Amino acid sequence: MHAGAMQGLIIKGLVKEYVPGKPVLRGINLAIAPQGITAVIGPSGTGKSTLLRSINRLVEPTAGQILLNGQDLVPMRGRGLRMARRRIGMVFQEYNLVERLSVMENVLSGRLGYVSLWQAWMRRYPEADIARAFALLDAVGLQEQATRRADALSGGQRQRVGIARALMQQPELLLADEPTSSLDPRTAVEIMELMTGLSASANVPLVVNIHNVDLARRFAHRIIGMAGGEIVFDGPPEDLQPEHLRQIYGGEDWL
Amino acid sequence: MSASTLHRRAFPPNWGARATGLGLVVYAIYALAQLDITWARLRIGFGEAGRFIARMWPPNFSRAELLIEGLLESLQIAVIASALGILLALPLGLMAARNLAPWPLAVATRGFVAFCRSLHYVIVAILFVKAIGFGALAGVAALTIASMGFIAKLFAEAIEEISMKQVEAIRATGASFGAVLVYGVLPQVASRFIGFSLYQLDSNLRNSTLVGIVGAGGIGGTLFAAFKRFDYDFVAAILLTIIALIFVAELISGWIRALLR
Repeated sequence: MHAGAMQGLIIKGLVKEYVPGKPVLRGINLAIAPQGITAVIGPSGTGKSTLLRSINRLVEPTAGQILLNGQDLVPMRGRGLRMARRRIGMVFQEYNLVERLSVMENVLSGRLGYVSLWQAWMRRYPEADIARAFALLDAVGLQEQATRRADALSGGQRQRVGIARALMQQPELLLADEPTSSLDPRTAVEIMELMTGLSASANVPLVVNIHNVDLARRFAHRIIGMAGGEIVFDGPPEDLQPEHLRQIYGGEDWL
Repeated sequence: MSASTLHRRAFPPNWGARATGLGLVVYAIYALAQLDITWARLRIGFGEAGRFIARMWPPNFSRAELLIEGLLESLQIAVIASALGILLALPLGLMAARNLAPWPLAVATRGFVAFCRSLHYVIVAILFVKAIGFGALAGVAALTIASMGFIAKLFAEAIEEISMKQVEAIRATGASFGAVLVYGVLPQVASRFIGFSLYQLDSNLRNSTLVGIVGAGGIGGTLFAAFKRFDYDFVAAILLTIIALIFVAELISGWIRALLR
């Protein structure tokens, strides 16, 4: 690890405009500690996904700096970008598993930034990777499913594979973009428990976008409220008051 | 039912589609009238057809050696042209896919693929016969170009229909472009690629029997010669053999498809 190890994630003046002149993110400044669970809440279309996707550069930031443990990710290109991406695990709303690959192949795809193309193609992963993949499958409760095809799994099981894939990267940061929005309430809680538990035991900071304010309160150590592309609340869950929610989501009939 | 519901139409009439349909019917009637097909012409035609078929029976297999030689050459042309065409189509299809290739490359590749597809393979075969001489090589070259163009287009379309979410997830792991192809793209398109390839082999078996007529090797040359010498019984033998070959190919490709499922 490099000089600025364990500084966590520091975002400075992050702007994203999909259409010039219409910023989705209006200069985000944010520092995330190298451990702990941060929930980002806010209405749809307010830039939560854009914020997360800017970090691992699935979205190109328009301006600003994103420092992960001291290293700015924004100017990264090519190989450097790939090296940066493998340090960041991501869990997706719709799981984004490769449907026609097995559970094991999906989990091992978390190592694609580390193994050669030939190893990946021939499925010749290092012994340690395979052992780790089995351990992660045990941890997410899919001991018996390793050889099943991903499209044979239920939603909750798929998200478990998604979590295992992200942790397979041995990331320095775990991002989760609405990881529970496609799941029923009970499974959503189970997935949140699993994800927060595993990231805490791996000592990886977790940033999770989430619609469900109750889940955010229940699992996060810190809540960031976004509205109109800006941060309008930042604090521990117990500080989040109805007036903050009014400010974040607008209106009050729903409260 | 409230009064306002009466004035709301769930399915408004599409006058454009109706007018187009009517126009097509009118044109079809007009075109048929222009062709000048009379009962007398039909009667003569069917009479000739009857005599022709009578002369084909019984099929004459006495020149089996010539027949098998031609058929094997056709088979070789088909297999080699399919293999080469598919091999060349893989990179072309990828380069032509607008969701993965940079757009200038995709546009250029699409232009090239369209160029390969623009001429019928028989015309391409004639060009190759003139350019590199009579024989199987011209047939292989012509069918390779046709297969490459056809398969590359289908490959590109299959790649454009994949779920980019799966690709994105693989990209997010820090995978290289090659690894994204192997893990994010290939699993989504592999079974369709194999289906297209089998289909192309299937049609090349048919096509390879035709290129011989213009001198590009295979059973087609034998067939054309038999026609010219009015050896209709030998023609029947050749046709039956081709049909048998196509049936066997159909069975084999169906069997492979079933295995893949």
